[in-house]
Amino acid sequence: MSAAARTVRPVSIASFAQSQNVRKDDERNEVEGLMPVIAEVFGNIGITKADVGFICSGSTDYLIGGPFSFVMALDAVGVWPPKSESHVEMDGAWALYEAWVLLQEGEIDAALVYSFGRSSLGDLNEILTLQMDPYYEAPLWPDIVSLSALQARALIDAGKATEADFAAIASRSRRDALANPKAQVRNDTAPEVLLADDYVVAPLRRHALPPITDGAAAIVLAAGDKALEWSDRPVWITGFDHRMETHSLGARDLTSSPSTAKAAEVAGVAAGKIDIAEIHAPFAHQEIIVAEALGLDDSVVINPSGGPLAANPMMSAGLIRIGEAAERIRSGQADRAVAHATSGPCLQQNLVCVLEGA
Amino acid sequence: MADELTTDAADLGPVTTLATPIRLDFDFTPGVAQSRFLRGLEQGKFMGQRCPSCNQVYVPSRGSCPTDGVPTTEDVLLANVGTVTTYCVVNVPFAGQSIEIPYICAQVLLDGANVSFMGLIQEIPTDQIRMGMRVEAVWVDESDLTPSLASVRYFRPTDEPDADYDTYKEYL
Ligand SMILES: [Zn+2]
Repeated sequence: MSAAARTVRPVSIASFAQSQNVRKDDERNEVEGLMPVIAEVFGNIGITKADVGFICSGSTDYLIGGPFSFVMALDAVGVWPPKSESHVEMDGAWALYEAWVLLQEGEIDAALVYSFGRSSLGDLNEILTLQMDPYYEAPLWPDIVSLSALQARALIDAGKATEADFAAIASRSRRDALANPKAQVRNDTAPEVLLADDYVVAPLRRHALPPITDGAAAIVLAAGDKALEWSDRPVWITGFDHRMETHSLGARDLTSSPSTAKAAEVAGVAAGKIDIAEIHAPFAHQEIIVAEALGLDDSVVINPSGGPLAANPMMSAGLIRIGEAAERIRSGQADRAVAHATSGPCLQQNLVCVLEGA
Repeated sequence: MADELTTDAADLGPVTTLATPIRLDFDFTPGVAQSRFLRGLEQGKFMGQRCPSCNQVYVPSRGSCPTDGVPTTEDVLLANVGTVTTYCVVNVPFAGQSIEIPYICAQVLLDGANVSFMGLIQEIPTDQIRMGMRVEAVWVDESDLTPSLASVRYFRPTDEPDADYDTYKEYL
């Protein structure tokens, strides 16, 4: 079905909040880190939990190393009055998708979505190995940096990018992050200087890797009258889709992202001019792959927030892309934006969200 | 290398089990509120926190009222005595067991708290434990106190009369 043939209920990003992104928050537990974010996302538009009909969160127990951390996290929202509630073991961008689908049904008009993750509690590189096939891949402990390096190497070998391109992306991301007080890696360093970094895993140098980040984020979705009531300039979701590729890396062409391209097609990215794109590409080379799959031309401003190379809170970095894109439309800096989120090794699963100003 | 499995290997049949050992190490961050509870244990005290909205006192507090979702900010020093709200007698040995069976595991509602927590009951025959029994905490020697529940050796009966059922029926 083409995007044009789909009838979607207009749903708006009514409010967005994120925590300070830091390397390690070793004072506060998950609930204490999340509470100010929830308070802010409600406070921005002067509402309370009573005003939303659904709550959905994204997180993973693998980061904290304990079971049911998403249930514990509900302490940050409170169980009274009772609300319909759900959770995805995924980035909050997918929790947002679930809430958006529920809003499509028309029974509720507003939802709270939040995500949290502290990447600092274990060895993130090892933890992410466990998202691989558990029989033939995970027992070999292929870490995420090495897998991403394989992808970067394939991209270079295909003539689609150079190491200098990776450095240019990292340099731009860190420089743009200077305007984002919530970002973690903020500096103005020329690509030539970054290229003097050592390899972590060739061809990836330090700057081509995302920082390890503790953080949380939240969004309030609103439809109908509430969308107009809670914002002078509602930011509408006009297209939303996500697609997944096989878990078997050997069966994929790692230099392209057909799942992103398919999601972009269904979400209708090409139906109008895109002003900005917030791309969840944790490794620098992945931005090149995603931008191509989204069909972005050179006029599109990519990751004005600094993107995941400036702050990569696991489970929230995708949701933050949607929030950052929405904020730029709300402020009038952009009229139409695309936000992208990824999950799994080497861009296995991808989500695309098109946002437009009123 | 041979092109095919040897007859012997083929005769072994399907592989039915595959062991893939996984070990990961994690730091644990108790957080601001739970740190106060743990620091209290280090001083031989039970520290709780009160919800500003519903006035319930949580011990230990994780920093928020799970009912209202608001920060718990007021520290409350709780009594060293409490009431057994419910219990079980452990008769089954298990791996890593550190206490001789049979022993009593109970939910203890400390005076001044609105949530119970789990404690070991000692200095009483297991067939004499009952709901409503008043108990007190027995701590390790002062020099052995640490920010850990290991600072509480166990609870033991006081000589008070049992608590009235109405005083703890909300906490079962
Ligand atoms: Zn309360």
